[in-house]
Amino acid sequence: MSGLIDLWMGLPGQLRYLVVTLLQIVAILLPLIICVALLTLVERKVIGYMQARVGPNRVNLFGIKGLGQPFADVVKLLIKEVVVPARSNQFLFVIAPILALVPAFATWAVIPLWPGFTLANVDAGLLYVLALTSAGVYGIILAGWATNSKYAFLGAMRSAAQIVAYEIAMGFALVGVLMAGGSLNLGDIIESQRGGPGSWFWLWLFPLFIVYFISGVAETNRAPFDVAEGESEIVAGFHVEYSGMAFALFFLAEYANMILVAALTSVFFFGGWLSPFEGYPFMPAFLQAPGFHWFAIKLSFFLFCFLWFRATFPRYRYDQIMRLGWKVFIPITIVWIVVEGVMVYFKVGPWAV
Amino acid sequence: MSTTSFFKTLFLTELIQGLWVTLRQLLFRPSITIMYPEEKTPQSPRFRGLHAQRRYANGQERCIACKLCEAVCPALAITIESDVAEDGTRRTTRYDIDLFKCIYCGFCEEACPVDAIVETRIHEYHMEHRGENIMTKDKLLAIGERYEAMIAADKAADARYR
Repeated sequence: MSGLIDLWMGLPGQLRYLVVTLLQIVAILLPLIICVALLTLVERKVIGYMQARVGPNRVNLFGIKGLGQPFADVVKLLIKEVVVPARSNQFLFVIAPILALVPAFATWAVIPLWPGFTLANVDAGLLYVLALTSAGVYGIILAGWATNSKYAFLGAMRSAAQIVAYEIAMGFALVGVLMAGGSLNLGDIIESQRGGPGSWFWLWLFPLFIVYFISGVAETNRAPFDVAEGESEIVAGFHVEYSGMAFALFFLAEYANMILVAALTSVFFFGGWLSPFEGYPFMPAFLQAPGFHWFAIKLSFFLFCFLWFRATFPRYRYDQIMRLGWKVFIPITIVWIVVEGVMVYFKVGPWAV
Repeated sequence: MSTTSFFKTLFLTELIQGLWVTLRQLLFRPSITIMYPEEKTPQSPRFRGLHAQRRYANGQERCIACKLCEAVCPALAITIESDVAEDGTRRTTRYDIDLFKCIYCGFCEEACPVDAIVETRIHEYHMEHRGENIMTKDKLLAIGERYEAMIAADKAADARYR
C-alpha cells in the first residue's frame, strides 16, 4: 500500500491531475450510462401504466420484474450486425452517431453535481452548455445526409429546422437566467438562487421556465416534437438505416440528452442541489442541507415529465412546430426579458442586487 | 383567433387537461393487462378453434360421409373421399381440412347432422413443417378422443340455445 502511495507521489503533478480527471470522468459517465439504461425501462413502465398496461415484466433481475429488460436489450443490440448501406458516405455514416453522443456526455463536465463539485468549473459554463447542446444536431444532420436515403434526409432536415427554431427561444430563456443569476458559471447561478423555493428562478421567470423546458423537449427530438423520427411518416427518420450498436449510440444520445435537459432545467430554474426546505427554521438541519439528492430528485421529476408528455400528447404537425417556435416562444421570451429588466431596475425579486 | 381561444392556447389549458388524464390513469386506475400464459380471458363454449372428429360412446365414428360440410365450406378447405366400409356402412376414406384455407367460420359444425366435425376451444397450436397444416382424418379423430370430455361439455352447455 505504502509502495503504491510512493508511486503516486512520485508521479509528476500534471500526470496526477490527468489521472484524477480521467477517473472523475469515468465516475460521472458510468452512472450516467446506467441511468440511461434504467430510464428506458422506467419509460416503458410509466407509459405502460399510463395506458392501462404494465410494461416489461418478464426479464427479472435481483428478483425485480422487468429490471433485466434494458440489459437484455443492450446485449441484443451488441450482437446485431451494423449494416452500412452501399451507397452511403461510409465515413460520415459511422462517425455521425459518435457526434450525436459526445456533446450529450461532454456537457456534464460543467454541471454542478453537489456543493463545491463540478468536473470543470469554467467561468462561461452556460455558454459551453449552449454551444455543446447545439453541436448535438450535427450528428443527426450528418446521419441523415450520409445514409443517402430520402426518409433519413427528410428526418435530418426537419430536425435541423426545428432545432434552429427552438435554439433561439432557449437562448433567450437563458438570457433571462443570466440576468437573474448575474453569472455564466452554473455553480454561481445555483448560489444566487439560495433561500428556498420562493427565490428559485422558476417563480420569477415562470414563462421562461415553461419555454425553456418545452424547447428542451423539442431539442431532444422527444414526443410531441419527434418529427425527426416520425415513425408513422418517415419510418425512423435520420436513423432509418442504422442497426445494432450504431443505432444504440443514437438511442443512448437521445436519452443522455433527456437527462441533460432535465439536469439543466433543475440547475437554471430549480436551484440545482439546493434544498427546497432551506430558510424554514423549524425544519431539521439535514433537510435544509443542500446536496446531490435534491438535485437527483428534481432531475427525476423533469425526466418523468418527458415520459408523461410522451404518453399524453400526439405528435405536432410540422408547421405547428414552426409556428410555436417562431411566433409564440420567441415573442414570449422577449417580452419576459423586458419585464425582467424592469424588475431588476426597480429591485423587485429575490436577485435584486 | 378569438380572445378566448388565444388565452386557452397561451395557458395550455387543454394540454394540462390531457396531462391530468394520463396522470390519473397512472396513479388511481388499475392496469387491465392479462398475464397471458398464466392468466386467460374467459372463453365461450361456442369458441371456434382447432377442429376435431368425434366418435360415439361405443367407439364408432360419427361421420357418415354425407359431405354437407364439404359443400358448405366457404373456403373449400375440406376434402372428403368415401367408400363402403366392411360393416356395410358409408364411411370416409379421406377427410382432410387445410388449416391454411380454413376461416374458422364454424359452418361445417353447423351443417353436420351427426355432430361429427366440431371446432374445439383449442387455439394454441402451431406447425413446424410444410404439410402439417393438413389435418387428416387420423389427426382429427385423435384430437376428438383426447378432448371428448371438453367437447361434450361445450355441446351440452350450448344445447339450450339451439
